[in-house]
Amino acid sequence: MSGLDDLYREIILDHYRTPRNRGELDPPAVRVEGFNPLCGDEIVVYLAVTDGVVTDIKLTGQGCSISQASSSLMSAAVKGKSVDEARAVIGTFKDLMMGPSATEPTPSELRKLGELAALAGVVKFPVRIKCATLAWNTLTQALDETSN
Amino acid sequence: MSTFDPRLVRGDIAQLKRVVNGYPLTYLDSGATSLPPRAVVEAMDRYYALHHANVHRGVYQTAAEATALYEDARSAVARFLNAPGGASEIIFTKNCTESFNLLARSWGAANLTAGDVVLLTEMEHHANIVPWFQLRDAIGIEVRFIGVTDDFRLDLTNLDELLRGVKLVSVTAMSNVLGTINPIRELADAAHAVGALLAVDGAQSVAHSPTDLVAMDCDFLAFSAHKMLGPTGIGVFWGRQALLDAMPPFLGGGGMIGDVSVNGFTSAPVPARFEAGTPPIAEAVGLGAAVRYLEGLSMAHVAAHEAHLTADALTRLNDRFDGRVRIIGPSTVDRRGGVISFDIEGVHPHDISQVLDQHGVCVRPGHHCAKPLMKRFGLNATARASFGPYSLTSDTDALLDALDDAMTMFGA
Repeated sequence: MSGLDDLYREIILDHYRTPRNRGELDPPAVRVEGFNPLCGDEIVVYLAVTDGVVTDIKLTGQGCSISQASSSLMSAAVKGKSVDEARAVIGTFKDLMMGPSATEPTPSELRKLGELAALAGVVKFPVRIKCATLAWNTLTQALDETSN
Repeated sequence: MSTFDPRLVRGDIAQLKRVVNGYPLTYLDSGATSLPPRAVVEAMDRYYALHHANVHRGVYQTAAEATALYEDARSAVARFLNAPGGASEIIFTKNCTESFNLLARSWGAANLTAGDVVLLTEMEHHANIVPWFQLRDAIGIEVRFIGVTDDFRLDLTNLDELLRGVKLVSVTAMSNVLGTINPIRELADAAHAVGALLAVDGAQSVAHSPTDLVAMDCDFLAFSAHKMLGPTGIGVFWGRQALLDAMPPFLGGGGMIGDVSVNGFTSAPVPARFEAGTPPIAEAVGLGAAVRYLEGLSMAHVAAHEAHLTADALTRLNDRFDGRVRIIGPSTVDRRGGVISFDIEGVHPHDISQVLDQHGVCVRPGHHCAKPLMKRFGLNATARASFGPYSLTSDTDALLDALDDAMTMFGA
């Protein structure tokens, strides 16, 4: 069961059972929906950006523990960050999931990720990578919309 | 005289001898695709090794052999279905989905006009929904749905009203999510009474119970070979001879023509008219072998065996988990097949399937290409276990133990 323990780390189960930043935001916050048409997972990201800073982020949606924990961890990681910093976190995370060396992240990479490093085990389960990245792709779209 | 013994069937399936993640493979996804017995694999292997040539063209010995094998498969399918008009009513397609596209694009486009109604059900697979929406968007037909009751049956209380203006009823013989078996003959009679035709999605039914087209009295039937112990890449479209004869071709190209000149073309007779290009010859040979294999088992015995497995699994899921595993489908085997969808509060189907995989247990998570049905029951996804003729109650043992582990892990 060691493989599964890598996937379902305690932090992930905690964020799945007690997701952070659940809820909605009123306009002018942007609202972007993300779907995984293959498995039916869905996520809605509400994003408020003021003066280049992510002042608030809320999430709704349904899905598996990986998609929901990933979105919860993501919200905690980008809230209060500048848009540039948020984009950098997205980049680091996506490198972790699908970068050319998507195997074992170095200790310094893991430090940079903080709690997000708990999702590193997902890489060993290729069919679940799309579960982990759904929220992040949706956030990228939301950031693009706020800069329009 | 059938000698049906599921343990012997199991011995014919090479994949079921595998060990996955330290456990013997427990295959409970026959609703998605079935595992071919040795006879099917060997028939295709022998075809490629000794007889392969293009069909309906060459005059040499092996071309004649390939053509004979391909046409033998067509005859075997006609016999298996009790097709009233015989082999010329059997059309080989790519899969069940293509069969429905053929029906919509050929029969539908030629026989329906704006305002005509096609009546589906809320428990259809997307393959029997999307082609009709495509036709609606192209020519303005109306697509209407028969609802599903809270106890997972078609709601036929207002059928007369729903049938108003209907030219075609298209319905699954057995739901790939609920396991519900629908009253095909009753629907055929109701459709015919208002001058409509009945098309049947047999994807889930043909491999699990006897099919008798004369008794069903439907007008079209679609299914795939790979769900009935055959190979991928080939499906079947059956229609009544007179209907097929009046239908225009679907795909154009070699093999489907009567004549071609710089001015245009004429169509070949049925079934060649609907088999443009080099067909899936080896796959047809495999399908023929699968049909003969199933006939050897006897479909009545297969149905009885799977009913036994389903009743056992439904009882034990309920007893062991005390209602925490909610069955999305009829709770008894009355008019129900061996497809068991379930929902566990607090454990997403994806996570269930992931934990089960660690036990070597294969089930399917997701919406099962039936999103309107998922929406009807307020679900995004279910986990689904489904049986085949090679399944045993020991597969259910493995499922239950693995489910126990998943629920412990997620604290459900």
